[in-house]
Amino acid sequence: MATAAKIGIGSAINRVDGVEKVTGTARYAAEHPVENLLYGYIVEAAIAKGRVLSVDEDAARAVPGVVEVITHLNRPHVAWTDHSYQDEMKIPGSPFRPLYDDRIHFSQQPIALVLAETFEAARYAASLIEIAYETEAHNTDFDVALDDEYVPKKKRSGYVPPKDRGDAAQAFADAPLRVAGDYRLAPEHHNAMEMFGSTVEWHGDGSITVWDKTQGSQGVHAYLASVFGFSKKKVRVLNPYVGGAFGSGLRPQHQVFLAVLAAKMLERSVRVTMTRQQMFSHAYRPQAVQSIALGAETTGKLTAIRNAATTSTSRYEDNMENVVTWGLMNYDCPNADAEYTLAQIDTPTSADMRAPGAATGMTLFEIAIDEMAYAAKVDPLEFRLINYSPIDAMNGTPYTSKALREAFREGAEAFKWSERSAEPRSMREGNELIGWGCATGMWDAQFSKTSASAKLSANGHLEVACATSDIGTGSYTVMTLVAADTLGLPPEQITAKLGDSDLPAAPVEGGSWGAASSGAAVQLACQAVGKKLLKAAGKIAGEPLDGAKIEDVLFEDGCIVLKDTPTVRVPFGDAMRAADLTEIEEEATAAPGFGDMWKGLHKSKNTHSAIFAEVRVDEELGVVRVTRIVDAVAAGRIINPKTARSQILGGVVMGIGMALHEETFSDHRLGRWMNHNFGEYHVPVHADIHDIQVIFVDESDPEVTPLGVKGLGEIGIVGTAAAIANAIYHATGKRVRSLPITIDKILE
Amino acid sequence: MNRFDYARPASVAEAVQAGTGEQVRYLAGGTNLIDLMKENVDQPTTVIDINRLPLNAIEELDGGGLRLGALVPNSDTAWDARVEQRYPLLSSAILAGASPQLRNAATNGGNLNQRTRCYYFYDVATPCNKRKPGSGCGAIGGVNRIHAILGASDQCIATHPSDMCVALAVLDAIVQVTGPEGDRAIPIADYHRLPGDEPWRDNTLRPGELVTGIDLPAEDFTKNYTYLKLRDRLSYAFALVSIAVAMRIEGSTIAEAQVALGGVAHKPWRSTEAEKLLKGQQPSPQTFSAFADALLAGAVGQGKNDFKIPLARKGIVRALKQAAEATPQSQTDKRIA
Repeated sequence: MATAAKIGIGSAINRVDGVEKVTGTARYAAEHPVENLLYGYIVEAAIAKGRVLSVDEDAARAVPGVVEVITHLNRPHVAWTDHSYQDEMKIPGSPFRPLYDDRIHFSQQPIALVLAETFEAARYAASLIEIAYETEAHNTDFDVALDDEYVPKKKRSGYVPPKDRGDAAQAFADAPLRVAGDYRLAPEHHNAMEMFGSTVEWHGDGSITVWDKTQGSQGVHAYLASVFGFSKKKVRVLNPYVGGAFGSGLRPQHQVFLAVLAAKMLERSVRVTMTRQQMFSHAYRPQAVQSIALGAETTGKLTAIRNAATTSTSRYEDNMENVVTWGLMNYDCPNADAEYTLAQIDTPTSADMRAPGAATGMTLFEIAIDEMAYAAKVDPLEFRLINYSPIDAMNGTPYTSKALREAFREGAEAFKWSERSAEPRSMREGNELIGWGCATGMWDAQFSKTSASAKLSANGHLEVACATSDIGTGSYTVMTLVAADTLGLPPEQITAKLGDSDLPAAPVEGGSWGAASSGAAVQLACQAVGKKLLKAAGKIAGEPLDGAKIEDVLFEDGCIVLKDTPTVRVPFGDAMRAADLTEIEEEATAAPGFGDMWKGLHKSKNTHSAIFAEVRVDEELGVVRVTRIVDAVAAGRIINPKTARSQILGGVVMGIGMALHEETFSDHRLGRWMNHNFGEYHVPVHADIHDIQVIFVDESDPEVTPLGVKGLGEIGIVGTAAAIANAIYHATGKRVRSLPITIDKILE
Repeated sequence: MNRFDYARPASVAEAVQAGTGEQVRYLAGGTNLIDLMKENVDQPTTVIDINRLPLNAIEELDGGGLRLGALVPNSDTAWDARVEQRYPLLSSAILAGASPQLRNAATNGGNLNQRTRCYYFYDVATPCNKRKPGSGCGAIGGVNRIHAILGASDQCIATHPSDMCVALAVLDAIVQVTGPEGDRAIPIADYHRLPGDEPWRDNTLRPGELVTGIDLPAEDFTKNYTYLKLRDRLSYAFALVSIAVAMRIEGSTIAEAQVALGGVAHKPWRSTEAEKLLKGQQPSPQTFSAFADALLAGAVGQGKNDFKIPLARKGIVRALKQAAEATPQSQTDKRIA
């Protein structure tokens, strides 16, 4: 029987929350209407290190509408052990505690919160607070801190120590071709569109509801319960809509702490929001330097990889990233070694920012690879194929899948790479030199333990729910499509709920594991509903399904259908009525190692991409235009090609920013980020973005995750800046090893 | 934002009467002033909303010029048919700045009076002689990528961020102001000032004076002109260096050339002395280079902005070429002509 094209996994549909977002009815954390609200404004430290000697609040308190000024001197009791402050994404060390004591650890540290009846009054009063400091010597200069680089004793969860192989030092010394240098990345700030904000509703019975900008409602829930001593039942955290986060919302940010602190102290509802300038007072992508040495035969076969990186962290936590492992995994080379160290500066702890570690390490490594390709006089794409490793070359394990070769082929074809003129400076049009470059991208295909529920009503409406977040990534749509696919219902009959700590357990949304994990959980829950439906159908008089087992049926158009006799169809409603059910609700948990999810446990699981970039450089004036990008992505199964493409487009645009624009400048005398606003912290604007083509390479991988999904949130940024830097070299013959490549670096 | 008094006068006379006093600010489009107030960089006691004043027209002047009302939005000025046809350099410069939304709100008078984008000026936790006289200059020896290479002082190295004013400098515009002591006409070259020992003074307006309009003279340079803006991304960034050129070519020689630089000094940077090097010359790279050297005479880098000197030199040469060849820089196609 012919049916309308089924909408499910693989259907390119609009995001289901699109209308709410474009019409403004989607409410973000600082937009939830709550009665009798107090507004908090954060007062920040003007110095980078020292102590608060005194706080003169008199003028601030005299401002009409001001209710309270909270500092370390008058704050209510909060937890005092480090352990209590360790969040879901904890980093070894001693977590920052807002308003805890008189210590100042970084410039822009919150040192007071002014509460007033209006935001404007709070903000003005904050400007009247006079703080006396005792200053101590600070250092925010990463290059100075490098003298004291160190290997942290305790490793961060998820950190993968590099594994050496062969004798890289000797092989490098013996290599006929050698490339070596220091490659650098500037510090970057996440700067999502939505600024951090929290609205705390004080219910008066000791319970609170918190709307927070976070990547994980349950992570914030656990943190608030732990820090403030709330019973877990008394706190509910909601983040139904998140206006981007890029990793800055993985850990609870200080505004949620301050908002709850104030609510508890004043027994009132409180909202605290950060300004754009204050978005520079916390998480940032660490500054990095990577010393890379490559040795190769004259044929272009790699013989040695040496890769040592240092990234910045704070004085109080050791934030580690997987920076140096990517090149060792990706390239076939008998000798390789790597080291990774940290350097402490007096800033907040650096943080995960879109593809943490890979966006830094793989990108910089891919610039060095390009240099070696030129040294060997081998086409950069050909060079990557000569040194292609079908297995994880660092761990010696097979991948569940690696369609990078296909990505290179399809990407090169779309880009017309074969028409490239090999010599640098050989393509020109008017005042512009044209360059083509390529790079490899790589990220982890991760899957985390996640639960979901599915509730089917007799009217055919299905609600699926999971505490995951949708940080603009399309989680609502993914959950809807997986449910539609599993139970054969049209998306209009499905509601996806997320962003609520009361829902079935999910980790923070990050690491590109969201779709694979919440998708798998939704599928399991829907399958359980399907089984109940089939059982219910058995109660129908005459047993039209004739005792069929679950493997004998499929779910289509709201009916249970016999696979062998598709004309036999039992509407869900008929089955539920026969069993006297008004609804069927099931909850299920998906996790690595559960049930048949053991597959691929001992294999490497990664996404890959091949990025091609065209730049046009007005060399005389240093002006670079990125006129074409092709990104061919091998990421397993694609749930929704439309939102998937958007994910990659966003990653590529951020990669263009990494290549050309993003850099936070610090005044090391003041120990302070200086371009802390959107006027002077540059991200790409429309004029910087031209043609971007996204290709999803066919990659069937039943082992990687239950749905065969690898995740797309991060792969789009990895390597993109390298493809651009390599294209700039091809255009100009000038090798820039430090990102971003600003106008002055081209002019040099 | 502090609490302030708000007035919305109906006439220029009322506005000027209300406009006397130390911490009084006129509010037009608000695209800069409101930000400064939010950041507590500026804390006026009185804000006089001048948006209802009848200063929102573009009018013909006797003798062939145009008067641009102070309250005409930047967008309306740039897209006005008379401005487009007769002063394409001005249209081009306006469209090189900000974003469409900002240009729709920002006014001509406000554009003249916008404050610097110096990082230190905007951050009240740092020293800045312009914001807080005597507190020092954070940018000297600090983060100064966007700062001045010409005309700076040991008190201040801020730049004026306007694009429009660079074109006005080249066009010899006249700023019309009114105030407690009556009306004044200030040549654009005398309107903005160098920081010297009083960096808090951006311009030569006297207390209480209000810009009412900008007069453009009849000479319009419709063929050989360009506005070339070099910045840290292809749009929506302040100029690292910008170059406005207006030229008149007779036969094969330059009969007249007027050039101003933006993003390099506390005011649009122009040298009529250097312009003499172009007059009567054939357009050529040598001529242009010699002029660039003369215009940049005395340029000093502050460390992080050293690159601006070679960038300006090359930009001047390119802009002169664009103007001489009548191929002005497009503000939509970001390829540099």
